[in-house]
Amino acid sequence: MAEVNIKNYNLNFGPQHPAAHGVLRMVMELDGEVIERVDPHIGLLHRGTEKLIEQKQYLQATPYFDRLDYVAPMNQEHAFVMAIEKLMGLEVPERGQYIRVLFSEIGRVLNHILNLTTHGMDVGAMTPILWGFEEREILMGFYEAVCGARMHANYFRPGGVHQDMPAGLDEKIMNWTETFIPTLEDMETLLIDNRIFKQRNVDIGVFGQDEALEWGMSGPMLRSTGIAWDLRKSQPYDVYAKMDFKVAVGKHGDCYDRFMLRLAEVRESLKIIRQCINDMKAGPVASIDRKVTPPPRAEMKRSMEALIHHFKLYTEGFKVPEGEVYAAVEAPKGEFGVYLVSDGSNRPYRCKIKAPGFVHLSAMDHLCRGHMLADAPAVLGAMDIVFGEVDR
Amino acid sequence: MTDRALKNLGEYIVENLANDIVSADVLHGELTLKARADQIVKVLTFLRDDPECMFKQLVDICGADYPERLKRFDVVYHMLSLHLNQRIRVKVECDEETPVPSVTSIFKSANWCEREAWDMYGIFFSGHPDLRRMLTDYGFEGHPLRKDFPVTGYVEVRYSEEDKRVVYEPVKLTQENRNFDFMSPWEGANYILPGDEKADDDSKNAGAK
Repeated sequence: MAEVNIKNYNLNFGPQHPAAHGVLRMVMELDGEVIERVDPHIGLLHRGTEKLIEQKQYLQATPYFDRLDYVAPMNQEHAFVMAIEKLMGLEVPERGQYIRVLFSEIGRVLNHILNLTTHGMDVGAMTPILWGFEEREILMGFYEAVCGARMHANYFRPGGVHQDMPAGLDEKIMNWTETFIPTLEDMETLLIDNRIFKQRNVDIGVFGQDEALEWGMSGPMLRSTGIAWDLRKSQPYDVYAKMDFKVAVGKHGDCYDRFMLRLAEVRESLKIIRQCINDMKAGPVASIDRKVTPPPRAEMKRSMEALIHHFKLYTEGFKVPEGEVYAAVEAPKGEFGVYLVSDGSNRPYRCKIKAPGFVHLSAMDHLCRGHMLADAPAVLGAMDIVFGEVDR
Repeated sequence: MTDRALKNLGEYIVENLANDIVSADVLHGELTLKARADQIVKVLTFLRDDPECMFKQLVDICGADYPERLKRFDVVYHMLSLHLNQRIRVKVECDEETPVPSVTSIFKSANWCEREAWDMYGIFFSGHPDLRRMLTDYGFEGHPLRKDFPVTGYVEVRYSEEDKRVVYEPVKLTQENRNFDFMSPWEGANYILPGDEKADDDSKNAGAK
């Protein structure tokens, strides 16, 4: 029989694929059903955020950060305001710090609920997403209560947060941390011991510690290999140093470990949320430096100076001293950093956004080689990709 | 790490790489090294492998544009040492023509970051295995994060009903893109204030009379 030349098969995965988590286009080279090579094409959601931020004043630039990783908006703002504070040497009042940590953790739960459930859906479990999204709705209700927007919060400001929490919200959040547990447990029973879920995830997309470092991984991706590295612990910012929580680590560095690790992180986040609410004392929520934070409305009706401050702040903005800093937070997806260069004017000269998803996705080729085509969505799901931050 | 310890670390690195590092500064609690562009691979390898440093992770590479300088671009490398729990920043200068050696051979994460810097600034990395555009459109021209690239861009896209396809057209703005200047004219505005150009003529005229 004559020898048959078998050519590798090229497949376009996405950009409109439901398991592509947005607008990812992957050109795959397949040998039968085995992936030989993956070439992710990103940038379909590129909006030029960094260029736009260069045109905007510092206060006008924060809303762009909500639109990066739109699953956990406030965590991004956190990095940006921390960079500004570092450059200006601003102190944040304690209550402001507590509120920020509280809402960062709510953001983490928001993100993890979405990721855990969509990861389940990618490998065939439909129910968790329906249950999880009900809880997300409640959390977004908390967002709305505090800043008026369900997603694009623009709540964190240089020097603190925009306004104090409305009365009674802390109780509502506290109650939610109790009522959420049963849902979480239900979700767990559906997935963690599920035979199909395990078959699709255990030993898929495995990488070791050295590889993880070499590829620049951070967050759950890095911790799943067993490296206990969490910026909240190792380089604590705001009041994280006072919080009592554990860093979850994995063992095998596969998709299943990443899933379990995020589940554990949700529980730790609930712990931090409770501590924040219990420990929070009354006080100002934002810096009282009127050159950076606006005066309260009532004061503006009586004080000429307050009125001038308000006017100057919302027309000219504030000026940030010359210099460059890098500020990073432990966002739900990994290390989210902002490299900010100021030339002393009221606009950033350069604002580079280091998004965890971008770095993780670059390892997609490495993680998928030799796996089956059906494993690609599982790897992608466990990677926790949101295109807002990858494409910027 | 305290500023003092950081300074010591900076001095240690300068001692070992005397010919490759231009300066080491500590500012805002961050250590910044300025390195020679052609030696960047050597510098990063040292930072990665030296037992006193162990900067095993390359967090990010980005460009920055300073058009008024002779070498207009900065390439900024952010590294992280899990060992020391410390970050470091390495900067090199380059221009449009001279390439910067790629560090993909020592850090895998450099691959996409360098592609992005190429895409956004047109900084060329020599020895990069696959220096394609990263974020911009297929067939995009120019490097959008350069300071001389307009924020509106040059082309816009729409679906043409006649051609039944997406067409690219030059940007048409119905209103001029406004860019307000908020720097106080009292604090050294570097342009002629409106009306000031007349003052010169007036004084000449007065002299003629």
